[in-house]
Amino acid sequence: MDKKTTYNETVVRQFAIMTVVWGVVGMGVGVLIAAQLIWPALNFEVPWLSYGRLRPLHTNAVIFAFGGSALFATSYWVVQRTCQTPLFLPKLASFTFWGWQTVIVLAAITLPLGITQGKEYAELEWPIAVIIAVVWVAYAVVFFGTIAKRKVKHIYVANWFYGAFILTVAVLHIVNNLAIPVGLTQSYPIYSGAVDAMVQWWYGHNAVGFFLTAGFLGMMYYFVPKQANRPIYSYRLSIVHFWALISIYMWAGPHHLHYTALPEWAQSLGMVFSLVLLAPSWGGMINGIMTLSGAWHKLRTDPILKFLIVSLSFYGMATFEGPMMSIKTVNALSHYTDWTIGHVHAGALGWVAFITFGAIYALIPKLYGKQEMHSVKAIELHFWISTIGVVLYIASMWIAGVMQGLMWRAVNEDGTLTYTFIESLVATYPYYMVRLLGGLLFFAGMLLMAWNVWMTTRPARETVTARAAAQEA
Amino acid sequence: MDINTVRGLLTLVLLILFLGIVVWAFSGRRKKDFDEAAQLPLEENKDGNEEQNKHEGRS
Repeated sequence: MDKKTTYNETVVRQFAIMTVVWGVVGMGVGVLIAAQLIWPALNFEVPWLSYGRLRPLHTNAVIFAFGGSALFATSYWVVQRTCQTPLFLPKLASFTFWGWQTVIVLAAITLPLGITQGKEYAELEWPIAVIIAVVWVAYAVVFFGTIAKRKVKHIYVANWFYGAFILTVAVLHIVNNLAIPVGLTQSYPIYSGAVDAMVQWWYGHNAVGFFLTAGFLGMMYYFVPKQANRPIYSYRLSIVHFWALISIYMWAGPHHLHYTALPEWAQSLGMVFSLVLLAPSWGGMINGIMTLSGAWHKLRTDPILKFLIVSLSFYGMATFEGPMMSIKTVNALSHYTDWTIGHVHAGALGWVAFITFGAIYALIPKLYGKQEMHSVKAIELHFWISTIGVVLYIASMWIAGVMQGLMWRAVNEDGTLTYTFIESLVATYPYYMVRLLGGLLFFAGMLLMAWNVWMTTRPARETVTARAAAQEA
Repeated sequence: MDINTVRGLLTLVLLILFLGIVVWAFSGRRKKDFDEAAQLPLEENKDGNEEQNKHEGRS
């Protein structure tokens, strides 16, 4: 291509900055509720600060505000660069930014007020759910419109993953939110009983599979090759990875409902599909990591690459652990314990947040016309403190979870329970302390990143002086 | 035909479909196209935005 293309970067810049802002907010709330589990008095007897209301605020903020903004930012960047054409309908893209931020603010208001549908990861009441649907359709129009007017022959694999994420999340969101409104702040789902539970976890697990996996794999397939400056290890493997991953993830949801009223066959089906998922997940992980094959030395000097590659290692761990936990006999021990919390955070902190950090650190200097981030040493420091944070977090939750599971199932010879629930809670306190420490380290890293981004993006002094001088003249 | 026969056949069809995708993806004919596609993230230096940003002194 000889002619120079001017890409639309304003919306990418906006989403990239908000990724950092919402990261600070969401992780900050996470640290607070981790502390509340140790010191319940930290809710200050204020209903809006109670654990039950702040926990959905934390999950919504980190998944949809932090993760969502990162996905918008990177997908808009990647689709333009790999299609070599500016965004389709840039005004609509701008609408997705303001619309998405409105949704986040509304969530931050309604959740502490206790206005909720009570569905995990789909708490927001129907008026907000409607705004989400509108914004999402606009997002799909911008994204697929850009692909349609691409200047190159191929649709790069990252766009396939982003595309699958956008399409599937639209379907999941709409189907799971079908409800009958009774007033502005309340509604009842059209499903009931076991069907409601199944729809909810079909949604819930695919939110993990498509929002937190396929979308971020799109990020991975662009930023890992880009940062390593080498093409992806195997493009062929990436195609098999894509089709296998999206066709299998759809069916894994029932593993959230083992030993419930859900029909036995549906539980087994969910377990088998979850086990099969190991193959495409690891295929993708190997594909990403092996991209560095022959250039491993780059890991030593480039902290951004460290974030990207270590995120893939955590992805590998979480996607090995997941299938294991979906086996019914293992699930009998792990379900409802803190092991699940540990598993989720191996994925959310280790995979999703790490790949996001890497991608945002790579993007920010480019978006603001700088050579690199203000402080590369701070990125290195961020990498190490958050790695230690994740390890402390997931290790403490593994031990706590297995311990809780064993205590809950222990029975005396006469068939009575060996331990009361409160005894298992007391035994968990030390692990909650370690988890809080891990969370604090991770949060500290996020603050360091915010500082680094601020220093990189603030107007340069020389420029301001030059501008002032020009005005005076 | 028994419903379970249909289910078995569907499983077989999906297996063949998967193997078909693998064969297609790894066939020699696709190599050139895939090699081209794999270069796409690395080609962006050809565009003008990074230059343009430097001139504007983006803030």
